[in-house]
Amino acid sequence: MQQQELPSARAAAMSSSSPPAGAANAAAISASEKVDGFTRKSVRKAQRQKRSQGSSQFRSQGSQAELHPLPQLKDATSNEQQELFCQKLQQCCILFDFMDSVSDLKSKEIKRATLNELVEYVSTNRGVIVESAYSDIVKMISANIFRTLPPSDNPDFDPEEDEPTLEASWPHIQLVYEFFLRFLESPDFQPSIAKRYIDQKFVQQLLELFDSEDPRERDFLKTVLHRIYGKFLGLRAFIRKQINNIFLRFIYETEHFNGVAELLEILGSIINGFALPLKAEHKQFLMKVLIPMHTAKGLALFHAQLAYCVVQFLEKDTTLTEPVIRGLLKFWPKTCSQKEVMFLGEIEEILDVIEPTQFKKIEEPLFKQISKCVSSSHFQVAERALYFWNNEYILSLIEENIDKILPIMFGSLYKISKEHWNPTIVALVYNVLKTLMEMNGKLFDDLTSSYKAERQREKKKELEREELWKKLEELKLKKALEKQNSAYNMHSILSNTSDE
Amino acid sequence: MAGAAGPGTGPGAAGGNGDDSLYPIAVLIDELRNEDVQLRLNSIKKLSTIALALGVERTRTELLPFLTDTIYDEDEVLLALAEQLGNFTGLVGGPDFAHCLLPPLESLATVEETVVRDKAVESLRQISQEHTPVALEAHFVPLVKRLAGGDWFTSRTSACGLFSVCYPRASAGVRAEIRQHFRSLCSDDTPMVRRAAASKLGELAKVLELDSVKSEIVPLFTSLASDEQDSVRLLAVEACVSIAQLLSQEDLEALVMPTLRQAAEDKSWRVRYMVADKFSELQRAVGPKITLSDLIPAFQNLLKDCEAEVRAAAAHKVRELCENLPTEGRETIIMNQILPYIKELVSDTNQHVKSALASVIMGLSTILGKENTIEHLLPLFLAQLKDECPEVRLNIISNLDCVNEVIGIRQLSQSLLPAIVELAEDAKWRVRLAIIEYMPLLAGQLGVEFFDEKLNSLCMAWLVDHVYAVREAATTNLMKLVQRFGTEWAQSTIVPRVLVMANDPNYLHRMTTLFCINALSEACGQEITTKHMLPVVVKMAGDQVANVRFNVAKSLQKIGPILDTEALREEVKPVLQKLGQDEDVDVQYFAQEAISVVARRLHRPPGEAGVIPDAEGSERGRALRVRGRGQDPGRAHRKRAARAASEAAVEAAWFGGTDAAKGPACQLRVNPRDALALLEIADLVPFSRD
Repeated sequence: MQQQELPSARAAAMSSSSPPAGAANAAAISASEKVDGFTRKSVRKAQRQKRSQGSSQFRSQGSQAELHPLPQLKDATSNEQQELFCQKLQQCCILFDFMDSVSDLKSKEIKRATLNELVEYVSTNRGVIVESAYSDIVKMISANIFRTLPPSDNPDFDPEEDEPTLEASWPHIQLVYEFFLRFLESPDFQPSIAKRYIDQKFVQQLLELFDSEDPRERDFLKTVLHRIYGKFLGLRAFIRKQINNIFLRFIYETEHFNGVAELLEILGSIINGFALPLKAEHKQFLMKVLIPMHTAKGLALFHAQLAYCVVQFLEKDTTLTEPVIRGLLKFWPKTCSQKEVMFLGEIEEILDVIEPTQFKKIEEPLFKQISKCVSSSHFQVAERALYFWNNEYILSLIEENIDKILPIMFGSLYKISKEHWNPTIVALVYNVLKTLMEMNGKLFDDLTSSYKAERQREKKKELEREELWKKLEELKLKKALEKQNSAYNMHSILSNTSDE
Repeated sequence: MAGAAGPGTGPGAAGGNGDDSLYPIAVLIDELRNEDVQLRLNSIKKLSTIALALGVERTRTELLPFLTDTIYDEDEVLLALAEQLGNFTGLVGGPDFAHCLLPPLESLATVEETVVRDKAVESLRQISQEHTPVALEAHFVPLVKRLAGGDWFTSRTSACGLFSVCYPRASAGVRAEIRQHFRSLCSDDTPMVRRAAASKLGELAKVLELDSVKSEIVPLFTSLASDEQDSVRLLAVEACVSIAQLLSQEDLEALVMPTLRQAAEDKSWRVRYMVADKFSELQRAVGPKITLSDLIPAFQNLLKDCEAEVRAAAAHKVRELCENLPTEGRETIIMNQILPYIKELVSDTNQHVKSALASVIMGLSTILGKENTIEHLLPLFLAQLKDECPEVRLNIISNLDCVNEVIGIRQLSQSLLPAIVELAEDAKWRVRLAIIEYMPLLAGQLGVEFFDEKLNSLCMAWLVDHVYAVREAATTNLMKLVQRFGTEWAQSTIVPRVLVMANDPNYLHRMTTLFCINALSEACGQEITTKHMLPVVVKMAGDQVANVRFNVAKSLQKIGPILDTEALREEVKPVLQKLGQDEDVDVQYFAQEAISVVARRLHRPPGEAGVIPDAEGSERGRALRVRGRGQDPGRAHRKRAARAASEAAVEAAWFGGTDAAKGPACQLRVNPRDALALLEIADLVPFSRD
């Protein structure tokens, strides 16, 4: 029914990019759009044929300057080359409108050829990246890639289902990224000079581009950012902080950012390189950003990368296990079984690396949750949880702590062994029960015989609770009544006195 | 657990005076910390009951500290807690103790989850008003300062929302401090905090002294409006409205306009969108002079912006903008400076833009007057009536009344007709539904002749639409038409065609006849109802489908009041009695219902109405029903509701107007338990079909 709640798909998109505008926009949606909440599907299909978008930077600039081909770099003499190189860089700063596929064809082709030539030039020649060229190089890159990303054509964009909208100017932008990478990776590249141009503002803009819907672009950005993080020590803290901000905004404000997976991938390798002991800043990032990130709607898109980051942290510092698991339990999905399966997967990854002492600290709350999952009526959830018993290491942990775990697990296992609708689950449960019985037969027997009494005790407790609340309600009524009465009494006393 | 429960389990906890109605806090706290989230949530929602049970003193000394200590919980529970605490002043002993509520709310205001934090801030704002000025400075302001200086961004964002409530009631020295804190939050290094500050800038400006607005708020506004993040810049546009209202024209020109001009041309479409979206507010705030010199050119740019989002937002504002222009010279300005851009938008490439324009463009005709409308606007309307997108056409048709006032609808009728016909047959049922709603309006404006000739057949065709909602709207539409065109018209054009459907092989169409009769009988009056409709209804009592039969009973009950007693006694009563013996329980039930209503009327001799007390009548009715049903009426009612629901559901979900619905074989037997589920399916299915 989401379709009806969000009469305009566009409104939804706007709100994801800018919450206040979104709210305003939703109100501005025409009545007719509300009348027919599902035009969009057909509309969307029509739009999808286009499937590429221009950048928001073409604001009727009027006529474009036409490009004239410059001589080839390889034909120039070595003292002219540098000059020509810069000219070509400047030429490539001119942008073309790719939404209009017929305009400036000649100039577009010239620019493409020039960019190709530039890529080749910096990757095959040594000594061409001289100090004076840095400014022009960075200027050319900035002019081409930094742009306001346009509103999404398909605001209900479901990255798992839908085709992404591709960047129209990719034929040029791709080459610019290519050039950028060759530039960063060149043996001649000197961060000490480049840092004058590749500064915080530059990185900030680069990070904003990660929201691009085009996966090809995000892939380039990932490599570029990784190189920058590696080469510019002075920018590292800043990059981490900005990613932090992007994530927080994603989690708590917009729930929309296309490049989360890519950023997490970079973070995975960053975390890998953290020195021990971990700084408070990094721990805070784990607990206040990565863990809450599990609540995001589109978790499936980046869960693998996220889980990798979390496990990296735990491998660095095992004392983080307890807060991490408690955090995951706090955010455990209540209605989305697909996510629940992901959480269970992540828990297994964590259990794979857990230390037995840490395990003891969290076994109780953790197995209470697992016991709930095992008895989930969604068979995939139940199945995923029951698979834990196929993991040798987890089995050994359970065996060590069987006295604690068996009483937690017994109730639900026993119950679903009789009740679950799915025969596979019932079979799995029998196996698990058998395994547990073998671990501590006596306890198992005790639990079996006390099972009924236990259920009855629970029921009684439930009744007592109801009773308690009923009494409280009565009390509330009584107090209200008393208040009324006392007001009445006052009144009658007053009137009596006046009578006398 | 023992730690927090400590105070409760100690001596005297059970209520020193032996009053057993006072529950030991331990028990309540046990409830608040139950393992099951749902139970915790329930207890939190009844926190006021708990507080009441404890009394104000113990609420202050035991409950609140406990709540403050246990803030680590699921966000859902915290949200409920934050909400509860906003209304807790009475439960802690009134305004003198309101500050006791601050510690738990302070913790809640630092939580990560935005909804919890927002709710905590809302509650804090609420109880700030209950503080005395002294308490405010002693307790509340320090809290705001603590939040503003917090390490983590959450507390600083929350602080932004609290400045404006304490500022007006604070002393001069404290005011200066508050301004200082706000200033530093505006240049916070996390964008989240800057966004929060930007969104509260306008609110704070309103409570500040004018001098401070000029000297402090304006610079903050300028810097936020040129923030590196567009999400911050766009919020500054909102603040601009509030700030502009406070300043004189000269100050406005010097202090605010440069920034606003810049925002209207911002490189990010989101900011430009915001300007377009707030355009009317901005226009009012800056006044007519600046509107003419600055806003109109900016508006022109927004109307031809490269992003459709921005154009659509601007198009929505066209009418309001024009209306709010000073009347003197308005026409010229619109004709020369706005209309050329509107003309462009009529053939925009984006349908949202066109449809936004279509929803307001008709409003211009009242402003521009008859001649301009005919010469300039009419061609645009006509073009939009032919637009490929149904929303555009619908928006034009739904606003026809504006044009009607100015030029009369005749001018449009030739173009109108094809547009209406096309919409009436649109593949999407919601479009069809929408156009039906405009039929009575159109009928009134086009006149009976034109209507009979062109539109009547459409109205009849909707009666057999395959979507129930359309058929239902079509029946209501008929009633409205009869009210407009009178009973004679009804008798000659509508009634015969409706009655013919009583013999349709599709039981859904047969039921439509009944629904039409229900709707039309009152408008048509006694004569037509008795002479033409009643016989048909009576005949349908023998239908094979139970659903038709119980609808006959319902119809008879409905038209009963219109008929005279003779018809009731001679024709209606026997039929109902027969239906009362029907094999189907639901038919029986509705027949009994109808009998009780009809009997009440028959019991009253003509001319002596009111002599017999009403009570007796209703008692008879009740007795009748109970005897007739002989079972738990509640259950029967539930089942019936389910069946009625299933009727609509099954129909919409499965048959959808195909011949599957024909004949008695498809009598509906739906498990009532599934009815609600089916209803939901029914809501969804037409989506995919259309």
